[in-house]
Amino acid sequence: MRTYFGAASVAAAMLIGAIGAGAQTAPQPAVVYDAGGKFDKSFNEAAYNGIERFRKETGGTYLEFEVNNDAQREQAFRRMAQRGASPIIGIGFAQAPAIRKVAAEFPKVNFTIIDSVIDLPNVQSVVFKEHEGSFLVGALAVMSSKTGKVGFVGGMDVPLIRRFQCGYEQGAKHVDAKAEVIANMTGTTPAAWNDPTRGAELAKGQFARGVDVVFAAAGGTGLGVYQAAKDGKRLAIGVDSNQNHLHPGTMLTSMLKRVDTAVYAAARTAREGKWVPGTTSLGLAEGGIDWALDEHNARIISAQMKERLETIKADIIAGRIKVHDYMSNSACRS
Amino acid sequence: MEEMLTIGLSALAATLRVATPLVFCAMAGLVSERAGVIDIGLEGKMLAAAFTSASVAAVSGSALIALLAAMAMATLLGLLHGFACITHRGDQVVSGVAINIIAAGLTAVLGIHWFGRGGQTPDLPVEARFMPVFPVSATDAGAALPLRFLAEVLGGHNLLVYLAFLLVPLVWWLIGSSRFGLRLRAVGENPEVVDTAGISVEWLRYRAVMICGALCGMAGTYLAIAQNAAFTPNMTAGQGFIALAAMIFGKWRAFPALAACLLFGFLDAVAIRLQGVEIAGIGQVPVQLIQALPYILTVILLAGFIGRAVAPKAIGQPYLKER
Repeated sequence: MRTYFGAASVAAAMLIGAIGAGAQTAPQPAVVYDAGGKFDKSFNEAAYNGIERFRKETGGTYLEFEVNNDAQREQAFRRMAQRGASPIIGIGFAQAPAIRKVAAEFPKVNFTIIDSVIDLPNVQSVVFKEHEGSFLVGALAVMSSKTGKVGFVGGMDVPLIRRFQCGYEQGAKHVDAKAEVIANMTGTTPAAWNDPTRGAELAKGQFARGVDVVFAAAGGTGLGVYQAAKDGKRLAIGVDSNQNHLHPGTMLTSMLKRVDTAVYAAARTAREGKWVPGTTSLGLAEGGIDWALDEHNARIISAQMKERLETIKADIIAGRIKVHDYMSNSACRS
Repeated sequence: MEEMLTIGLSALAATLRVATPLVFCAMAGLVSERAGVIDIGLEGKMLAAAFTSASVAAVSGSALIALLAAMAMATLLGLLHGFACITHRGDQVVSGVAINIIAAGLTAVLGIHWFGRGGQTPDLPVEARFMPVFPVSATDAGAALPLRFLAEVLGGHNLLVYLAFLLVPLVWWLIGSSRFGLRLRAVGENPEVVDTAGISVEWLRYRAVMICGALCGMAGTYLAIAQNAAFTPNMTAGQGFIALAAMIFGKWRAFPALAACLLFGFLDAVAIRLQGVEIAGIGQVPVQLIQALPYILTVILLAGFIGRAVAPKAIGQPYLKER
């Protein structure tokens, strides 16, 4: 029996990819990444950076799982719950149905979900005001554009990505009412998060129509968009993580969504016994959303552009500019 | 009007780009299947080649060495297929599926082990990739249409794109008119006759799967270091199977297969460009419908217009020399 149990836990460790072992006091957190993979240099990688920061700063260990297909989600969460992980952090809205189900089965285990809201006593929901950040980069895109045409490449066609698109369009029109936004979605299945070839084709299609700045909110698909921008000598805007370093000189900026901070905070507070359920919404004011300015894009952002963008940012925080949220009424107009 | 023209021209240019790996693979499959060896493993060979070329390009910094390495890799997999199906008379479909699975697994595992980026290979600099041969600047909107067509549709591609389209007449000639091609076809239709004439069936089939592998190598190289700048796990995304369909669509003949590849490429390119465009009289078409369009059209064309496709007679049958 003992060997059987040992074999089972070894198998589980291999399956789930446990990092580190040894005696533990506090339950270790677990992260379940979304399709696109841990190293998508964007959304999931931000989560990975957050949990790595937790590991380095606290010396704690964690469990992790990369979802390859939808059927694995529920199993992954149940397995983590059975192994005593807490909180179990689900990255991405697609995890919501699985968490809702498993959280009800394990009322003593804590769950955190990023990008979706689940109303259960043991679930913490973290959502971001992506429309605010998209508004900012939309404004910056039009300021940098010579043609007055800017592009948007979304990943999977879901309300969350429409929220990015809608904010981006509002930002573009805020700077120049005549600005034109050409938008494409990569697909309608989770495969759309990881198709750089198609991303590059979408971007090239937009370039042919006069677009010279393109914003990709598409996970791993975005890598193809940025490469196409570099090859076609246009500008691209990254998303979620700071992606400016990918192609210095053609990455205009990145819309930062601090998934890393959210994941870190969830793991850290749980370790300190301060984890609380409920919904938090992070925007520009809370520092959960921002735009990236570093040594890689400093050359292509002029002082006026920076100043104007900071003014817009202050106006949004102060409520002088109202950014419409697509998800409030499922339409891009109030 | 001007807008529609621009979209049309860029869709045609994209058709060539998207169709290139399909053309390579369809020609590869054609050579193999004309010799009587079914090749389900186009996808796997292309994937392995994509990984090889991206890795070699990252290490050596040379696109040409990467191309050669990828062709060698895919040829090796072709030989493996041959060893299982020609020498040991194994089931050709099973062997092909096995190659697909090996390639999908091995590329991801080796990629994670070597580069530590979740299966991706490092981003390649311009020197290590195939870049456009004739870099064309955007032409004026007022330029004459033939000039724009030349510059925007035919110009601005990399070497492998042109190579793919030059390959088609070559394969057509090789299969249809050369002595080697005649024997190859005979092996696919009636291997006993070839054997009676004193020509080795096995050696002919081996040469076919080697050519097939080399061409798949070019397809993979195109995907990883010409169209993209790195390998990502599973980046072939079923294109090998689409090429296989295109080859059957084209009834195992070079030019009809090319037409089928171009059709698939064109539908994909149009689907990308129709998104978010107002179509006169209809308005904006939903994304989902546009993305389903290539598949719907394929079904309609297959069901209604293509007619019966007859495979080589001896396809899928291992040759057993009777004593």
